[in-house]
Parts: sequence; structure tokens; C-alpha cells
Amino acid sequence: MKSLEELKQIKERMKDKVALREGTGETRIVVGMATCGIAAGARPVLNAFVEQVSKQGLSDEVTVTQTGCIGMCRYEPIVEVFQGDNRVTYIKVTPEMAEQIVREHIKGGKPIVEYTIGAAEK
Amino acid sequence: MIRTHILICAGTGCSSSGSVAIGDALEEQLALKGLSDEVKVVRTGCFGLCALGPVMIVYPEGTFYSRVTIDDVPEIVEEHMLKGRVVDRLVYKEHEGQELHEVPSLGETGFYKTQLRVALRNCGLINPEEIDEYIAMDGYEALGKVLTTMTPEDVIKVMKDSGLRGRGGGGFPTGLKWEFAAKNKVPQKYVVCNADEGDPGAFMDRSVLEGDPHAVLEAMAIAGYAIGANKGYIYVRAEYPIAVKRLDIAINQAREYGLLGKNIFGTGFDFDIETRLGAGAFVCGEETALLTSIEGNRGEPKAKPPFPANKGLFGQPTIINNVETLANIPQIILKGAEWFSSMGTERSKGTKVFALGGKIVNTGLVEIPLGTTLREIIYDIGGGIPGGKAFKAVQTGGPSGGCIPASHLDTPIDYDNLTAIGSMMGSGGMIVTDETTCMVDFARFFLDFTVDESCGKCTPCRIGTRRLLEMLDKITHGEATMEDLDKMEELCYYIKANSLCALGQTAPNPVLSTLRYFREEYEAHVKEKRCPAGVCKHLLHYEIIADKCKGCTICARNCPANAISGTVKNPHVIDQSKCVKCGVCMERCKFDAIVKK
Repeated sequence: MKSLEELKQIKERMKDKVALREGTGETRIVVGMATCGIAAGARPVLNAFVEQVSKQGLSDEVTVTQTGCIGMCRYEPIVEVFQGDNRVTYIKVTPEMAEQIVREHIKGGKPIVEYTIGAAEK
Repeated sequence: MIRTHILICAGTGCSSSGSVAIGDALEEQLALKGLSDEVKVVRTGCFGLCALGPVMIVYPEGTFYSRVTIDDVPEIVEEHMLKGRVVDRLVYKEHEGQELHEVPSLGETGFYKTQLRVALRNCGLINPEEIDEYIAMDGYEALGKVLTTMTPEDVIKVMKDSGLRGRGGGGFPTGLKWEFAAKNKVPQKYVVCNADEGDPGAFMDRSVLEGDPHAVLEAMAIAGYAIGANKGYIYVRAEYPIAVKRLDIAINQAREYGLLGKNIFGTGFDFDIETRLGAGAFVCGEETALLTSIEGNRGEPKAKPPFPANKGLFGQPTIINNVETLANIPQIILKGAEWFSSMGTERSKGTKVFALGGKIVNTGLVEIPLGTTLREIIYDIGGGIPGGKAFKAVQTGGPSGGCIPASHLDTPIDYDNLTAIGSMMGSGGMIVTDETTCMVDFARFFLDFTVDESCGKCTPCRIGTRRLLEMLDKITHGEATMEDLDKMEELCYYIKANSLCALGQTAPNPVLSTLRYFREEYEAHVKEKRCPAGVCKHLLHYEIIADKCKGCTICARNCPANAISGTVKNPHVIDQSKCVKCGVCMERCKFDAIVKK
């Protein structure tokens, strides 16, 4: 170790990897991972969210986690975003949509209405 | 991309209940389900809840599983990792029948809520065998700060202002100790870490070494800079194999990164550390004996002064700090003396780790701000006494400490208060006793330990403790007189006043404190030849109540000494001359026909 700079670099590199353990993200992205969700392709979706959150530098404030079946199997993969009391439910999510949801909704603060369950049930 | 971390405790407690194999099985099952790239198994240090081991916590959800067995692993992987369904039956619940949604997050449970983790902050959170994880948790930043922005005098001032006192037992102000050593202007000085934790029931230093070894290394380098030393030794007992292994790994990793060795952070400061294994002699926890042992001699204490800060290892100025003391130091440097001194009481700053053991629900490791009361530790954090039994006393400070009765439960814990009520902080062992513990027998247990561990160099300790033990034996055998009690007390004070080192000076404490608070129990043994708690074998006997005995013969068949006779369907009798008082008959009797008197 020649300088403090080097130490900082290691810390930056590792920070994302241990941030997961703080578990205190203000925003929670919850992916439905019951049998129905997995069958509909929830696994790559979950991984895409984990990857995007890290890529877009949000590991400190966003927690990506999974849950069981919430009873609307026909809409799987379902992804819910919780921010305080606010809850947005996305349906039939694909890995491609993950990038957009993280960018526009979580970073930009604008939920993507056409992907939500509200839009489908109209 | 890793989305989930499974943190499994790989401390000594959980390792001995199988956590190593469980970790391997988890990895195997994850591979089987193709989840190796998504879920990472991290082996950490002690979480503190040793009684519930093996324990694991799953992040980001923060699900805390306790008493996990290897057979549970496929279910955890299939249900939780694959399908996101928490395995309800394994979740730690604070009381029977608690519904899953009522289970608080780990930090909100009674056990953790009032704890404040400074020395243990990384234990159970990082993988101690990965230096990068320590660095992610601000590791080695304090060393960097010290080397690049502070003078040795600045460092000592921060330590003095923080009010940190030695956590190994003596409670000497750490900053002052450093200042003494720094004032000696000689080319060779040493920093020694005392990791020779020997109190029965104490395992806080062990847990720090196993869970966060880099914190100790970093603090030693800081100490080296402050006093002007470039060499450190860690004296750790060979009975701590996991701690020794992780220390060696940590030292090697730090050397590879150049955080130990020559020219650290390019500042021209050199510091290196070696471990020295102790053979497990209790006396080697005493600093002069420890230094003698590092020098390659038989571990025996020396008279003080000269103090090690003036003339220590190989005759050179040396500071000796305990593991837990060191673990606090990087935090103090980073967050400042004021932050540290804002915790604790007037004369005892910061937090202290206690190893809770004995008759208590949550056996384990707790860290609390000084000034917390014994009642809070035992009832709120420790969960109280199991089986609805009554609290009798808590023993603090190990063989050097004393027993504290229920009347002092509301005493705020700090160095001075504990000394005032006849015990001491010691290294932080805390053994809880209930109504079924005989205090004479309990004091005898500790004396038995010190007699074994006395090094034999000075007479008051070598012979005095042995005579003391013989007197206690006499009491537990019901052969003592009231005169013996007075003589015993006199001998206690004699040993305290005349022994060479702290081992002898404190050895009579368990006897004195039980005499002070439980004199009536001693007197019952002496005057009435009776052990009120029903423990001392020589003072009790078993009897069969003829009216209740159905003559089932189960007691006679189970008696290992063939001391019970009788015929089927007729009352049995115990031959007192043959009885070894093991109590098996009483345990087996289905009709409560056998009593202990």
C-alpha cells in the first residue's frame, strides 16, 4: 500500500458488495419468486435488477429482494417497488424493462405507468 | 451478480455445533440449483447469540435463522434462495407461538436492541479472512489518518481524551500507558497484544480475534506509531486454533497489501507483527509473566516496578494492550475522542463486551455502553433465568472477581462501581447463578482453578490458596467450625496483601464476596451441617418415602452402586453407607417417592 488513494480504491470496489448487508435501503424492489414467478421467468428479471441497481450506482439506497406468490400468477413476473408508503406494482416484467424501471422510476422518480398493473386492468 | 448474502457464523461456538459443515452444504446445494453466481455464503465471526447456534442471517431481507442443522440446508436453498419463501420454522422467535410477521428485525430483538457494538462492530458482518471486506468497513483508514495527518503526540492526546481504559481487567487508562512508553527515548520499543484470555467462561477476545482480526492489527500499528515502536507481538493461546489461524491469515494479507511491513502508506513508517502461542497457563495473562513467556522463559511474573512501559520485553519499553481495548482504537481515531467519551459513565467511557454464561437463557456475547445496569443485561438482553428459577447472584471478573447478589442488580456497571461492591470488571466474564447453586461450592470452584493455575513463584499464592481450598473443602464436608470461618477470612486478606502478582492478589475475591453477601449459607454448612441449595454431596442424603413407594424396582435397577434394596411391590430402602449421591434414583422415580434432604 503506497498511498491512501489505493486504500480508497479498494474500499470503493468493495462497498457495493457489502452494502447488501446493511439491508436498509429506502427503496425496496421486490421480485415475486414463487413457482409461478420462476416459471414466468422471474429469475433473470431479479438478476437484471440487482445488476442495474449496482450499475447505476444505487446500491446504498436500494435493496433488491424476493418474495413468494402474491396471488396474481397470470401477471408474473411481478415486481413491486416500495418507497416509503408508496407502492408501485409492475407486471410481466422482462430483464430489458429492468434497466428502464431503475433509470426512470427509481433514479428519475417517474413510475412507468404503462408497465403497471393499473394499466393492464383498465 | 450477487443478490443475496448468507452470513453464517464461523465462530468457535457455532463451529462446534456444526456451522462449518453447514456452510459447505449450503454451497453444494446452491451449486446444485445453479445459484452459485447469485447467492454468496460468507463465513463470519460471532453474532453473539451462541446459545441458539448454529445461526445464520440472510441479506438483504435480514432473516435470522437459529439452530440450523445440516438437514435444513436443502429446504433453505429450495424455499428461500430459489423461491423467496422464508423458512418459518427456523426463524428466531423471541417467544413461543410468535407469528412470522410479528418477528422483529434482528436489531429490534430484546437481545440486540440495547446493545451498542463498537469493539464487536464487524463481528458477524464481515468475512474475517478477507481483508477487502474489512477495508470496505472503513478498515485501515484510521491507520492512514494517523500516519498522514497526525503526530505521535496527537494520537496519544486523542487516546487520553477518549477516556479509554484497559479492557483486560485492570482498567488502566490506555492513553496514559502509551504516554509513559513514548517518553522513553530509546531505539527499540515493542507493542504487545495480550490475547491470553484465560477466565473460565470468558470468550470476548477470542470472538474479536475470530471475527475481526484486522481491527487488532490496525490498532497495534497505530500504537506502534504513537510510542515509536516498529515491532509487535500477539500473545495468543494455542487453545484458540481458529483465532490463531485467522490472525495468521490477516497478518499475511496485511503484509501483501503493504499495511504491515516497510514504509506503510509511503510515509516511512515500518511496523510488523508476529504471533506467539501460549501454552494455556492462566498466569501468562498477567503482563510481566506474558513478557517472560515471549522471551522464551517459563511464564512467571516479576515484581513491579519497573513497569513494562519503562522496562518490558527484552528489557525495552513495551506497551501491553488487551484485544478488546485494541479493537476500540481505530474507531476512536476515526470518530474522535468526544464520540467515544460521550458513551459510558463519568469515569468509565465507551462500551464493554460481556460473555454471558451460566444459568441464563441467552448464553452469548453482548456489548453494552458502560453504565448499563446488571438487571438490564441479565433480564432484558440475557432473557432471564431459565425454568422460572430465582436469580441468586452474578459472578463477574472470573476467578479474580466476585459475586454480586440480587440487591445490587440495579447498580450501573463500571470499573469503580464493581470494585465498590466487592467484585471487579475483569475481562468481562459474567456467570449467572440461580437458587440451585451453592455459593460455597461456587467459590470452591474458582479457588480450585486458581490453585491449579498458581505458578508457584511466591509463597502466599502457592501455599495460601491451597490452604484456602482445604478450608472450603472442610466446610462443604460439614467438618468446619465457626472459628474456621474467621481464620479463612484472615487468610484471604493475607493472600491479597502479600502475593506477587494480580493472580494471587485477587484469588481470594470469590471467597470474600460470597462471605460478604451469602454468609448465612456458609453458616448453614458450618452450624447446621446443611447445604441450603442441595449441592454439597457430603451434606445431603436421599431417602425413600415408604408411603409413596410402589415397589416398581426402577430405582434399584438404575442405582450404579447397588445401594437400593427391596422386593417387588414393597417399599425400597437406600443403604446410606453405599449411596454415592448421584441422584439417579430420584430422577427415575415416577412416583416422587425419593427425596433429597
